[in-house]
Amino acid sequence: MSEEILAPLAGKIVKSLLKVGDKVEEDAEAFILEAMKMETPVYVPCDGTVQSVNVKVGDEVAEDDILAVIE
Amino acid sequence: MTDIPLTEIPLTEIPLTEIPMIEKLLSLTATTGFLYLTPGMLIMWAIGITLIYLAIAKEYEPLLLLPIGFGILLANLPLTDLMKPDEGLLWKFYHFGIQWEIIPPLIFLGLGALTDFGPLLARPSLIFLGAGAQAGVYFTFFFAHLMGFSIQESAGIGIIGGADGPTTIFLTTKLAPHLLGSCAVAAYSYMALVPIIQPPIMKMLTTPEERVIRMKKSRKVKPLEKLLFPIVSTLVIILLVPASAPLISMFMIGNLFREAKVVERLTHAAQNELLNIVTIFLGLPVGATMNAENFLQPRVIFIFCLGLFAFMISTATGLLLAKAMNLFLKDKINPLLGAAGVSAVPMAARVVHKMGAEADKKNYLLMYAMGPNVAGVIGTVIAAGIFLTLLG
Repeated sequence: MSEEILAPLAGKIVKSLLKVGDKVEEDAEAFILEAMKMETPVYVPCDGTVQSVNVKVGDEVAEDDILAVIE
Repeated sequence: MTDIPLTEIPLTEIPLTEIPMIEKLLSLTATTGFLYLTPGMLIMWAIGITLIYLAIAKEYEPLLLLPIGFGILLANLPLTDLMKPDEGLLWKFYHFGIQWEIIPPLIFLGLGALTDFGPLLARPSLIFLGAGAQAGVYFTFFFAHLMGFSIQESAGIGIIGGADGPTTIFLTTKLAPHLLGSCAVAAYSYMALVPIIQPPIMKMLTTPEERVIRMKKSRKVKPLEKLLFPIVSTLVIILLVPASAPLISMFMIGNLFREAKVVERLTHAAQNELLNIVTIFLGLPVGATMNAENFLQPRVIFIFCLGLFAFMISTATGLLLAKAMNLFLKDKINPLLGAAGVSAVPMAARVVHKMGAEADKKNYLLMYAMGPNVAGVIGTVIAAGIFLTLLG
């Protein structure tokens, strides 16, 4: 079963903490998004392994864009 | 030399080199400002330097408080005539920029180009929060008047509660120009202090259960809606409150540039170069109106207290209104959003987001809070327009 990490709000990726193959735990920080000149962390939704990371640092994302997939 | 006393020789007959050194020095000191310094000026220097310090070290609204602080220093230097009507350099900035109502509307042009009305359009009901948070403005207006301020002065003091710098400057210049410096510094100081003033009030008026409420996803806003918004709202708001026209018109043309997407050069210029240039010419003369005679009066302390009071009431009424709306709404809103109704953009929205994230780290309120936040800007301008219509 896989779960997607969606962008909770539009903004710019300033930090990407996941690598494909990483084992991650629920609530770990996955990305840092910058919106309105404020940095907002995006968290991992469930325990699992990172299957893909779809964005890189500097990307502008819209709300609900798929940032990564956890399996 | 002879034995004749100096005083008995006609002045013209003494070779220049022979006037005693001391007299030359005296005539020189008379042309410097040192002899004309007053204790009040030195106190104003301390205030100016404090603002400069806060701007640099604490980054409290540095874009405004830095030039205002320096303007205060300049206004309290003797013999400069910088603020002398018709002659002084800073007087010219003040007169042609602020009194002629050019700079505050140009600031609004830039702000309009920077504002995304998307969050407001996604959930138009949140506009009530932006309106509700103006209650502090009116409350303080009546309160200041009861305390003995004239009705025009009270309007300028009340508008501080909107936490909107350019609107405060615009209104005070027209109604009570002698209070301009104090009201502007109060407004910008409280804007900088949003993250300190608001959270205790927000905690006091909301329960932990309310703070974790997650907002229902907003609908997607179509580009056409965003394009029509500045046009329609200009027509409606200016027809309703014609006196708000200078600020609203500039704000909305800036926003139209942004949403039209065909004049990116203009959008960019309004957001960056123009906004930066007018910011320089706004801060300096506002600071320069604060000379010692004008500012060092007990009533100025009252202005600062009343302004803070206005700002706190606005925060509280926004929160209470959000709670009241929840009584009728099926999808509850997070009442913290009410605090974003004050128009300090985007500081108030950021504070709401942080408070929400403190209660539940996966609750992202930022974009929802931007809705009442930008509505608050419009609300404050309308409040100023109503004051101008009634009292101008």
